Amino acid sequence: MNGKGHMQGGSTAPVLKVSGATKRFGSILALNDVSLEVRRGEILALLGDNGAGKSTLIKCISGVHALDSGEIALDGVPTLIRSPADARALGIETVYQDLALFDNLPAAENFYAGRELSFPAWLPRPLRLLRHGEMDRATRELLARLRVSLRSHDVALGLLSGGQRQAIAVARAAAFARKLVILDEPTAALGLRESRQVLDLIRLLRDEGNAVVLITHNMEHVIELADRAFVMRQGRRVGELRPQKENQQEIVAMIIGAERAA
Amino acid sequence: MTPATIKSQSLANPAEHASDRSSGRLAMLSLSLRALRAGPFLILLVLALILSLTVPVFMTGRNLGNVLAQTAVIAVVAMGQHLVILTRGIDLSVGSNLALASVFGALVYKVADSSPLVMLVMVVAGALVGAVNGLVYVFGRLPHPFIITLATLSIAKGLALQFADGRALPGMPEGIAFIGHESIGWLPVSAFIVAAVALILVALTRFMVWGNWAYALGGNPEAARRTGIPVRGMLVSVYVISGLTAGIGAVILAGRTNAGSPLFGNLLELDTIAAVIIGGASFLGGRGHLGHALVGALMIGVIRNALNLLNVGIFLQLIVIGIVIVIAVQADVLRNSLEERFRVLQAAKTQ
Repeated sequence: MNGKGHMQGGSTAPVLKVSGATKRFGSILALNDVSLEVRRGEILALLGDNGAGKSTLIKCISGVHALDSGEIALDGVPTLIRSPADARALGIETVYQDLALFDNLPAAENFYAGRELSFPAWLPRPLRLLRHGEMDRATRELLARLRVSLRSHDVALGLLSGGQRQAIAVARAAAFARKLVILDEPTAALGLRESRQVLDLIRLLRDEGNAVVLITHNMEHVIELADRAFVMRQGRRVGELRPQKENQQEIVAMIIGAERAA
Repeated sequence: MTPATIKSQSLANPAEHASDRSSGRLAMLSLSLRALRAGPFLILLVLALILSLTVPVFMTGRNLGNVLAQTAVIAVVAMGQHLVILTRGIDLSVGSNLALASVFGALVYKVADSSPLVMLVMVVAGALVGAVNGLVYVFGRLPHPFIITLATLSIAKGLALQFADGRALPGMPEGIAFIGHESIGWLPVSAFIVAAVALILVALTRFMVWGNWAYALGGNPEAARRTGIPVRGMLVSVYVISGLTAGIGAVILAGRTNAGSPLFGNLLELDTIAAVIIGGASFLGGRGHLGHALVGALMIGVIRNALNLLNVGIFLQLIVIGIVIVIAVQADVLRNSLEERFRVLQAAKTQ
């Protein structure tokens, strides 16, 4: 199923609404008055050449950087996201390019790192007892549901292949996202078959009602998956369109800024 | 038929053979990895076996109790050091910290002959030095704890010499002497202290959220930060625990010698780091458990004891321990490179 047509006009409030986002690093204007909306059940492809400001934008949304000016609203409510932990608590999950996995730990510990199931509640968090069994079971169930198969669930992630690790990073986001999932080049380092698996996972995330922001350089994936393409260049929004086979050239031209020459 | 399909068909058979061969190699790798992981424990067993056959005195209860008593201080402090190394750090100050704690204990004993009080003073003194290490490391935004713990090594040593006027201060309350001297059967009381500390730390690292955070932090500090683990607080607590174990080590050593001394704990940082590495924990952080520190400490104790029984001098002992460290670090490097190959083969197989 290709899932296009999930964009049903503006009937629901956008899950994420960024208005007038501006961010400077010294004399460099990394984001210049960028506004963007993402709705539930929608995959937005965030496109742009290296240095276009995509990463800065998602880092501001996921709490790594703070905006200099502009506003981020979640479900219509203006929200201050001060840290990655804030963003996670608000239901925003990010899969970073470097995955941010713990290679020394198995899948369950990776899933629950920083949000372990534990008891009793009256103890300070670090001293609470872990619910190992429950976390293992939930992880197994989730991985089975997402059809990510592991040889053994006890094995540290460092011993798994790139595709399996990526699938686990995406699955972790899928497990905890309640609003928005941001994926930064999730297929960059993968082979064909492994990419397929990750793309299927992204589709599943969307079908479960999340808003998905996908950064990628792969135009075929954009056309296959994305409901909208949002193109940035030099820190600004340069266009937005519905990606199709027919307008692939147009998107590429927007990304590299060739329409001036045309 | 296009050239491409011909090519892919002719490749089909060799590929199958290759996959057969690669499963074989995978199994071999998996086996040698397992052997490396069990290595330190096996070597300790073999060492004990050889010694019991060649040196009759070794396997007597009296001698084994001696080994345990002599290993107790290294074992306790090595468990703290293990947590530090687990989170990608190092604590060079443990020896001086122990000396300073024992001096404080001896000074307090002069005014108050109370075991609980003197013990408390030693343990708190150790924890305080640990807190200084952790706080300066984290809030001074140092790139690595090497420098700050090197500085506190010097400072604590200087303070200990200053307070004790450069001499040992004899006398310890009865309770502390009991811990250091006495044994139940051939098991020294200090071995029970080691066991108690081990139990508490196993509970902390295996069953509590703190332990998960420590391993996560050791595995990938940046990811730990992003997942909202309180990295700074964790690091400070790790150095406080390391200092605490140095304080407990001071209690055991002061009890055994019936004194506090600024000269205690010389090269204890070397012994404890060696114990952690020899035991098989990774120097790169994020891997290993308390058992590694204990096995490593015992190994050092057994090697020293054996060399003593064989009348080998102290100079040669230092050289032997050093060589064992080199071998242990090489084993760690070998394990990492085997795991890398294991992963490559594994990935090739799933493609």
